[in-house]
Amino acid sequence: MSRGIKVCGGILLGIVVVALLGPMLSPHSYDQVNFDAQLMAPTTSDGHLFGTDDLGRDLFVRSMLGVQVTILVAVVASIVSLVIGVVYGAIAGYAGGRVDALMMRFVDTLYALPFIFFVILLMVAFERNFLLIFVAIGAINWLDMARIVRGQTLSLREREFVEAARLMGASPARVLFRHIAPNLVGVVVVYVTLTIPQAILVESFLSFLGLGIQEPQTSLGSLVYAGVAQMEGASHMLLIPATLLATILLLFNFLGDALRDAFDARGGV
Amino acid sequence: MSLLEIDNLSVGYGGQTAVDGVSFAIGAGESVGLVGESGSGKSQTALAVLGLLPATAEVRGSVRFAGEEILGATESALDALRATRIAMVFQDPMQALNPYRSIGSQLGRILAHHGLAAGSAARERVIAMLERVGLPDAQRQYRAYPHELSGGMRQRVMIASALLCEPELLIADEPTTALDVTVQAQILDLLEVLRQDTALLLITHDLGVIAGRCERMVVLDKGRVVEQGATRDVFEAPAHEHTRALLEAARGDRDISLEPPAPETCLDVSGARVEYTVAGRQRLSAVRGVDMDVRAGENVAIVGESGSGKSSFARGLLGLVPLREGRVRFRGAELPRDLDDRPRGQRAALQLVFQDAAASLNPQMRVADLVAEPLGIHRKNLDGDARRARVAAMLEKVGLGIEHLDRYPHELSGGQAQRVAIARALMLEPDVLVCDEAVAALDGTVRERILELLRRQQREGGFTIIFITHDLTVAREISHRVIVMYLGETVEQAATDDLFASPAHPYTKALLRAAPAPDPANPGGKTSVSGETPSPLQPPSGCAFHPRCPHARERCRDEAPQLREVGRSLVRCHFAEEL
Repeated sequence: MSRGIKVCGGILLGIVVVALLGPMLSPHSYDQVNFDAQLMAPTTSDGHLFGTDDLGRDLFVRSMLGVQVTILVAVVASIVSLVIGVVYGAIAGYAGGRVDALMMRFVDTLYALPFIFFVILLMVAFERNFLLIFVAIGAINWLDMARIVRGQTLSLREREFVEAARLMGASPARVLFRHIAPNLVGVVVVYVTLTIPQAILVESFLSFLGLGIQEPQTSLGSLVYAGVAQMEGASHMLLIPATLLATILLLFNFLGDALRDAFDARGGV
Repeated sequence: MSLLEIDNLSVGYGGQTAVDGVSFAIGAGESVGLVGESGSGKSQTALAVLGLLPATAEVRGSVRFAGEEILGATESALDALRATRIAMVFQDPMQALNPYRSIGSQLGRILAHHGLAAGSAARERVIAMLERVGLPDAQRQYRAYPHELSGGMRQRVMIASALLCEPELLIADEPTTALDVTVQAQILDLLEVLRQDTALLLITHDLGVIAGRCERMVVLDKGRVVEQGATRDVFEAPAHEHTRALLEAARGDRDISLEPPAPETCLDVSGARVEYTVAGRQRLSAVRGVDMDVRAGENVAIVGESGSGKSSFARGLLGLVPLREGRVRFRGAELPRDLDDRPRGQRAALQLVFQDAAASLNPQMRVADLVAEPLGIHRKNLDGDARRARVAAMLEKVGLGIEHLDRYPHELSGGQAQRVAIARALMLEPDVLVCDEAVAALDGTVRERILELLRRQQREGGFTIIFITHDLTVAREISHRVIVMYLGETVEQAATDDLFASPAHPYTKALLRAAPAPDPANPGGKTSVSGETPSPLQPPSGCAFHPRCPHARERCRDEAPQLREVGRSLVRCHFAEEL
């Protein structure tokens, strides 16, 4: 494993651990309003490590909650896109011919729709539902995954080791699961790592528009939105969640690149 | 003073030694062959001479060209040497030529860059050079792009670009390895004629190429010079063990013993036709009605150059590409054309060994699982222990140890990968083993061992081998009978001994004459046909071979000959008796 994977993975894991444990260790809770301590700057004296927001809530606990929610949304949404995309793409690629053409034209049609507007309409129509956010983001991302997996499957299907398996008498299911699928893992892992930051961005965007997570729950996007209103006077409310968001995005992108290099070096993928 | 002096040259990469203390010299106008198997360091040596080694290479020793040191020379000093004084012909001209520039403009830029000629003078000089290398219609080809030329023509352009500035030393790195044997002979002749008093360093793995063309030869093994001397002396009395091994491999094993085949027919293919649809719905007929009748335990070699349809024929009979017409009968029962329609038992009876063994092994599986897989499909009742025992026994048979069980394909050498592939194919105890250029990618010494392995396994297992190859030496070592294919048709079919003793078809004769032989007294590699195999998209009228045939007459152009008996052979030629 390369150093890049270890370093990025390690820092990300550290952030997740802190985000899970931090709120438990803090004397404050995420929804405790305190009108005596509004817009406090970060301090170590009374446990407000990141200061407080305009309602006097502890920003450290809220930021950590935001990290939890943001990563959860992104990971679940990526898994949704992974499952739909891999199954759809592998079937289209392995079946080939007319089935493939039909399935991929359907994907093309979906690509042509302005998805973010649909998501916004959905959000407005069906209240703001936690579950809906996962589905909405996953539904955007599976299209790319399906295309990538389908392309890989098409080229793997023509490879000689697949022909060798067919000559041995392997059934289509055996060819697909024992020979094609294991050779897809590399590509899929890399691509999932790269879709997570995309999902984080979409979630942040929705939250920033006020369409994401409901108060008093929060996400990094919502925190940034709240921080923008207090940009003058209490800049920590913007800077802290924005820095966290940017760091997490960068780490996922670096991790994805490092993973891609690692799988490329092995040659097989 | 010699033109080029290499003194104690070493090249290494991160502790791995590629070239280890190589010393030799080339005099002005001399031709020297540098021979070695893959990994012997021959290409690294050539790159060092041109100052083209990557920056990561650790280089020691000295390379002097006309007294000047090349190692560590500045880029501008090297630039003054390259092309004008030392030029190179690479193995793959498609990689060495710029695909975005026309031939003429690429060659013209070489002259312009070195300030030798420009404008219309450069153009004239380039066209004259293209004519000298035998490019037909050089005026027109001047504007052609590399992809518009055939492989042989591209290599001619490479030679033109190398000789354009009249260098003192020409380095040719495997210049004909990617070419068909009849084209190889043309290109080597061309090099011989054109170089005149240019010194030549010919790098090759093929001793036959050196035999007739180099005054001296240097033999490399694992980065070291094991032997050097006058070509004739080295061939007559090789001093080093490795040289002897190389020579033996190149000469091939002449006294092989093959078991006589059984009388009953095992596999019967009749009227096989394989077609592909290529861009724009054009139909390409790769195989145009080939018959083959193989007896049990009989080895048939199918010989042809690229475009002959030999691989398509093999894929057709295996069902990987369903036949468009014709049928395949195995032990009297007709097999469905499409592999997917063949029942499992029938599939196990016909197995294939691929040219690129590593590509035919799933990169994510270990050797143990690769060899065990056929059992998982066909012998489901075997338990884990029995399966492991069978895998270990089979690996031992093909000459691999249990230490290879946990390796992945990319951790195996070419020869080891081919052994694993053979082990896997034999696991099903097939009746017919099709080998598609199974030894073409291997070094000579490894090739001999794999052929020996196949023969030994055949004696024990009693299967039939259909061996697809472009190499007549290989065909001779493995087959009872040879089928020669040209442009999708059988042109000659005969018992192996008869075919080599008295070839009847002009194409077979040309193949035999063109094959380079490792014998300085009789080096082979003679040109007797011109041009290259035409595109199967537009096969010539009448006899498909007539445009290249030295004996072609009026009738050959108009009337397609039938395959008919001439003596003990089947020949597709109107005038087989007279020739």
